Amino acid sequence: MSDERLFSLANPWFRVSVGAVAGVVLVSAAVGFVWLPSVQRDPQFQGVWNAICSAAGVPRQWLAGKAIAPSYRISDVQVTPQLLADASAQSIGRGATLSLRCTMCHGEKGMSQANTPNLAGQSAIVVYKQMRDFASGARQNAAMSPMVHGLGDQDLRDLAVYYASLPRPVPVRAVDAPGAPDIVVHGAPMRNVPACAACHGGIDEKAGSPWLDGLPAAYTKAQLLNFANGARHNDTSEQMRNIARNMTRGEIDAAAAWYASITR
Amino acid sequence: MLNSKRLVLAHFWLAFIVFAVALPLGAWQMLVRSPLHSWLRDPELYYRSVTEHGTVMGYVFPTLIAMGFGYSVAELALKRTLVGVRWAWAGFALIALGAVAASVPVAMGRASVLYTFYPPMIGNVFYYLGVVLVVVGSWIWVALMSVNLAAWKRDNPGKTVPLAMFATVAGAYLWGWTAVGAAIEVIFQILPVALGFKTTIDAGLARVFFSWTLHAIVYFWLMPAYIAYYTIVPRAIGGRLYSDAMARISFILFLVVSMPIGIHHLFADPQVGSGFKFVQSVFTSLVAVPTLLTVFTISASVEIAARLRGGKGAFGWLAALPWENPQMLALAFSFVMLGFGGAGGLINMSYQLDSTVHNTQWITGHFHLIFAGAIVTMYFAIAYDLWPHLTGRALTNWRLMRWQLWLWFVGMIVTTFPWHWVGILGMPRRMAYYDYSDPALAGQAMWVAMSAIGGIILVISAILFFVVLIQGHRAPRTEPGTYRFSTAVHESPSVPVALNGFALWIALMIGLTVVNYGYPIMQLVTRGDTAVPAITIGAQR
Repeated sequence: MSDERLFSLANPWFRVSVGAVAGVVLVSAAVGFVWLPSVQRDPQFQGVWNAICSAAGVPRQWLAGKAIAPSYRISDVQVTPQLLADASAQSIGRGATLSLRCTMCHGEKGMSQANTPNLAGQSAIVVYKQMRDFASGARQNAAMSPMVHGLGDQDLRDLAVYYASLPRPVPVRAVDAPGAPDIVVHGAPMRNVPACAACHGGIDEKAGSPWLDGLPAAYTKAQLLNFANGARHNDTSEQMRNIARNMTRGEIDAAAAWYASITR
Repeated sequence: MLNSKRLVLAHFWLAFIVFAVALPLGAWQMLVRSPLHSWLRDPELYYRSVTEHGTVMGYVFPTLIAMGFGYSVAELALKRTLVGVRWAWAGFALIALGAVAASVPVAMGRASVLYTFYPPMIGNVFYYLGVVLVVVGSWIWVALMSVNLAAWKRDNPGKTVPLAMFATVAGAYLWGWTAVGAAIEVIFQILPVALGFKTTIDAGLARVFFSWTLHAIVYFWLMPAYIAYYTIVPRAIGGRLYSDAMARISFILFLVVSMPIGIHHLFADPQVGSGFKFVQSVFTSLVAVPTLLTVFTISASVEIAARLRGGKGAFGWLAALPWENPQMLALAFSFVMLGFGGAGGLINMSYQLDSTVHNTQWITGHFHLIFAGAIVTMYFAIAYDLWPHLTGRALTNWRLMRWQLWLWFVGMIVTTFPWHWVGILGMPRRMAYYDYSDPALAGQAMWVAMSAIGGIILVISAILFFVVLIQGHRAPRTEPGTYRFSTAVHESPSVPVALNGFALWIALMIGLTVVNYGYPIMQLVTRGDTAVPAITIGAQR
């Protein structure tokens, strides 16, 4: 046994095992890379070379014509969790100065009395994205669109980090408190509606999703209705439009009332 | 001759302690998402629990069993003291430390990323460091198995490696190579992000690397069970192993074809070409070969035992089997669950059929039936067989062992069969709650409630398991006699060199990995547009 050479064509174990493995590879590759893709009739698969490339996963242009552009302007802000993560004290200070123009509606410390959003402690990503969208026209509002006109990108960043630096209104009722509506805590699984609290705080917080604690009910309700009827369309990948469309009027009212009621 | 008893016992006990932590979590998960419980107010707790259950049951528990069993096989089969006992203790310490380091952030809700990691989700860095420590600890075992075999071969030139050791080293090499995929993913992709050096990650590439580990890890879990089938059960029931060569061929086939097939976990992933998916589907189907060889060989071995006991007829010999023996019962249960689980697996590995069960409870049912059913049953059997030799005290309560095995079998069937069924009905996996009040799901409620009851039966069985082991520790001291493995019907003095070593099989394993994974990995590594922003888990509430 000890003088038997293993890595040699004379050894039947070597011949059979290497031959069988190579054979299975070749036959399955011929089927998977040539035969099966060739059955497809689309032009991208015609010819052996095209078949192999498509089966290997080489990126290809699938759509022959041009993509249909939406009839409205879409948001051009790329939201990542790291956006605005490194705010300097200088930037916050500049934002405080610039914020004087916002106080009439959003309050002198970012707390609104006018059915407009509270901005105190709001996520900087959220405030920045909304202002950029007002500036680009992806979101439209008679008051806000002219307000951001003339502000540069750095101004918007400064404003966003300033408002994020202010103390956030503390919710006094958590999502596991009695009376929290099902739509906030659980969503509606069979209608593809996730729990509000899964993104907007309470269960988890996702980049680009605003804190809703203490938001005036009239504002929240108006936004949900606008998402549902498509009047507001600056949400990433239609996330909020798809959610709001599948919510009932009762759920919209309940969610808006709950978030308005949970802060002091 | 078992000299390193404390080492082996430490591995087994730590394995069973972490098992005792993770098992009730699984039962709790089944309960809270069933109609027997109201919806969880904080679903994040559910994902915490899933992460801990998976991390412990997937990485820590079976690894410790494989290691402890491997060390005992090295001494009992080679009939010599283990080389590198200090290294073995170091590996054990790394695993214990890693298990704690990974579990603390999970318990704090800082790493609810599930045991499959799922980038771009990024959890607390200590979770990943803990998993790395577990893998490094297990690699020490891989090295020690190799070193001990080499030392024995040096002292016994030309002799046939005992089957138990041959199979154990095959399992060690399989794990050594298959763990590389997840190790690359964690060390080069996830840790730089978790440590804050990077903010983006190539999630598709990470999934490809994880698939490298994800399927063959199942065969690493399976190896101790198969080794017990071949080398413990025939002896324990008074029979003989039908064929030693067939056993070796089975283990070699696992080594070669079980590793480069993980892309069947990515059938629904867009970043891998369909050609590679098809090729790996074909290789996955080949894994059925060593399993069928095993079922045949072991059934033949069992029949030998029955006929030696006077069994007659085409099927009459089944009645002559020693059914009162827990080893016999464990084998039978394990085979039944392996049969159902394997049949379900044929659907998962089929490129087209898989789309009907993808991401449903069918998958959860499948791997619990195979791992928690067929494999863990044999872990119990291994413990029952080795315990008298580890403690010097007899395990005499066969009645309680039979109860334990019966309950585990019934519990696992009651848990997993309804899971398969609701999976076919379309129930997605990994959800914290389901709206059973909706007419579309109402029909599934009864089945889900049934499987939750199965989970409770499993917990009861585990309690009995601990009672048996603890009774063993409190029994009077006895001399357990010489430990021996099964002997073959025809003991041949020598085997072909191909069946006495691993060089050819490791070469084929690595070569096949390069063929099946080389292009998909290189394609994603070299493209510049595949990274996505990392999503930190548990950062804010």
